[in-house]
Amino acid sequence: MRCAVFKNMVLQSLKNCLWLSCVLRTPKACFWSTASGGLIIQSVSNDVYQNLAVEDWIHDHMDLEKQQVLFLWRNSPAVVIGRHQNPWQECNLRLLRQKNIKLARRRSGGGTVYHDLGNVNLTFFTTRKKYERMENLKLVVKALKALRPQLDVHVTDRYDILLDRQYKISGTAAKLGRTSAYHHCTLLCNADKFVLSSVLKSPFKGLKSNATPSVPALVKNLFEEDPSLTSEMLLDAIAKEYAVQHQIDHHITLINPADETLLPGISDKTNELQTWEWVYGKTPKFSVSTCLNMVYKDSILDVKVNMDVKHGRIEVCNIDLPEQWLPPGLYSELVKSLTGSKFCPNETTTLVTTLLRVCPQDDELHTRWSLLCENIIRLM
Amino acid sequence: MAAVTALRSSCRAAGRLVCIHRVRSCSSIRFIKSKYVCVFDKSALKFSHQQRLFRTSAVSCGQIVQFKLSDIGEGITEVTVKEWYIKEGDTVSQFDSICEVQSDKASVTITSRYDGVIRKLHYSIDDIAFVGKPLVDIEIDASKGVASEEDVVETPPMSHEEHTHQEIKGHKTLATPAVRRLAMENNIKLSEVVGTGKDNRILKEDILNYLAKQTGAILPPSPKAEIAPPQRKAEAVPAAPKDKARKIPVPVSRPIAFAGKDKTEPVTGFQKAMVKTMSAALKIPHFGYSDEIDLTQLVQLREELKPLAEIRGVKLSFMPFFIKAASLGLLQYPILNASLDENCQNVTYKASHNIGVAMDTEQGLIVPNVKNVQVCSVFDIAVELNRLQSLGSAGQLGTSDLTGGTFTLSNIGTIGGTYAKPVILPPEVAIGALGKIQALPRFNSKGEVFKAQIMNVSWSADHRIIDGATMARFSNLWKSYLENPASMLLDLK
Repeated sequence: MRCAVFKNMVLQSLKNCLWLSCVLRTPKACFWSTASGGLIIQSVSNDVYQNLAVEDWIHDHMDLEKQQVLFLWRNSPAVVIGRHQNPWQECNLRLLRQKNIKLARRRSGGGTVYHDLGNVNLTFFTTRKKYERMENLKLVVKALKALRPQLDVHVTDRYDILLDRQYKISGTAAKLGRTSAYHHCTLLCNADKFVLSSVLKSPFKGLKSNATPSVPALVKNLFEEDPSLTSEMLLDAIAKEYAVQHQIDHHITLINPADETLLPGISDKTNELQTWEWVYGKTPKFSVSTCLNMVYKDSILDVKVNMDVKHGRIEVCNIDLPEQWLPPGLYSELVKSLTGSKFCPNETTTLVTTLLRVCPQDDELHTRWSLLCENIIRLM
Repeated sequence: MAAVTALRSSCRAAGRLVCIHRVRSCSSIRFIKSKYVCVFDKSALKFSHQQRLFRTSAVSCGQIVQFKLSDIGEGITEVTVKEWYIKEGDTVSQFDSICEVQSDKASVTITSRYDGVIRKLHYSIDDIAFVGKPLVDIEIDASKGVASEEDVVETPPMSHEEHTHQEIKGHKTLATPAVRRLAMENNIKLSEVVGTGKDNRILKEDILNYLAKQTGAILPPSPKAEIAPPQRKAEAVPAAPKDKARKIPVPVSRPIAFAGKDKTEPVTGFQKAMVKTMSAALKIPHFGYSDEIDLTQLVQLREELKPLAEIRGVKLSFMPFFIKAASLGLLQYPILNASLDENCQNVTYKASHNIGVAMDTEQGLIVPNVKNVQVCSVFDIAVELNRLQSLGSAGQLGTSDLTGGTFTLSNIGTIGGTYAKPVILPPEVAIGALGKIQALPRFNSKGEVFKAQIMNVSWSADHRIIDGATMARFSNLWKSYLENPASMLLDLK
């Protein structure tokens, strides 16, 4: 029976065979455990989507009754917004695109954070019943104090960790499912504060939404307090404290989030997190009400624009143009095409340039069209 | 039991309906044979089917249960409702996600405790919901009784037992309807599963463990997980024959149930614009002209020039040569770089050769153009193409890159194909589709066979202002430049 099972499975190497043979003996999905009370794992990847996918995978697939899990990860530059937040409201999307900084939406609640390799992420996985954020944060503080006793760090009621009673060095968010839960938090070691403050400032005006707003805070790097600290040291200290508290070996298992045999279904999760529908489409309904100041032939045109955006798509679109500035047929064509279209600069650019093909070939008209459309696209 | 008898008699008439329905939905011949078990085992039916059958036979057994928001933990008493995954009238099963609520940086997925039909949502998006107060009203089957706080159903206040007994070979097995459904979907006999719940009750985890042992795969706890690597999907189907294989080594053929549904989506945004453009394009009377180009010399030339371009930081493909040759051709045949107005009254000969290059992106076909090719060198064109390609793949092309084109080349050969029938992009009047470059045997002037690098080109042009002869001559000129690249030097401006 086992031979037939092995034959049927798509095994890549003997090593994987051995992994799965262990797994067969313990059918519950906990590959790496030795029936101890806890497990510490660290991601070898710096890709924010892959790491978020690992969180999803552990949340959905692992049995946390017998052992809890601590997941350590770091990302290359990325902005991570909370589950119910509005990216247009939270960050400077144009700057993100220019600087090639990734945008991700996580499944937990809370506010927007900037990640880079100078920021450490910790995720505490437990069963739903054992979900306890304060304990986790106290563990982190204890680890920091053990590493550098002179650090003035403490946990607030809002689940932030403050340095010197004023600077935020850690933010928290959590996700609760039916049987399992996780609490993750950041920890600023040596992040680029300049980039952080510039990308987390949205230039958007006239946005009305019920999305969860972020609470801006004064931040500081632990590195500024003590230049001898590195991200690796912080990770190690926290792992050590976790090991002590859970009475397990201080051993960190490295995992590769791209390993489909170890984490079946992980690539689907990674892909889903990168889709436009998830990152932008999950934005709660919002409305945009602004005025475009267009410079046209030595005069400034004030054009009021009102749009309602739901699921990231334009539901209602109103553009207040001077009469006959654009031929009425063309104007209604523009509004009709924008309605139902994604609130996305790329989509809108291709849409309006394609529409231009069926317009009368008039230079004046083309200039006006391009001017209007470019201003609209700049909103997105 | 009286109620069971009543149900039985009303169901008997619909009994056949019941079983046929069962066959369609769970693809098991076993259930045709156990027709009477089906009828007795009414709660083994998926609730929604049962609902429909009961309605047709005018017996309604639904009972509205208020599903209260359970404790979130950490002393939280209120949350904000952020997203509904279901709406009124939807059928849900136990453990399906109902909604997403948020409380103080924690996002919580609320799952259903019952199988049933959603009758009422007590909150709208962004409302504050209270722990312990009703969240949704679910209509469930009366014979199942009212479920208590735990996931496994306890003794109800009604006269029926909430656990129905599967009487197969005289072996009674306790399991909730959700667990039974999971077992049926995977063709598992409950009698073969070891129950680890109270009174040897079979829990969902037991079914999953049983399955894991059978297929050797690790399955997620939720039966609705769409994520499954290909080998596991293949496993799930032969799970039944494998199971049977232990007793009867004959694969069971059963009707393959295809649960797929048509999906209708509105045509929006860019697609809508394409519909308009292509409809306008069809109004243009197209004619086609195709030819074969021997690129042997060009291939060699490119090999020599590639390292030079790389030193300058530019990737050199064949396109810059094709584009420049087209521009040289357009100088001789400017009508191909023209535009016909709407009423076909005037032809405008465009001064600039803004040659568009069709690009395949995630969204679909976009055509950025290289401006003023007539004054660009092959290297300039290569630089510009690199820029457009990187912007295109990042989804950051600007409006000026995508407008103003006068002539288009579509290198479909990078994907595949030889001959094509390209559609002219208005307001242009001509377009060329380039097939892939293949190594083919050809005869040279001495009559010897040699290995030639052959590419096919298919032109389409607007027959209202362009005639076949013009197109042919342009094509021949373009071809001659490419077959003998040195001749381009003579005409370079």
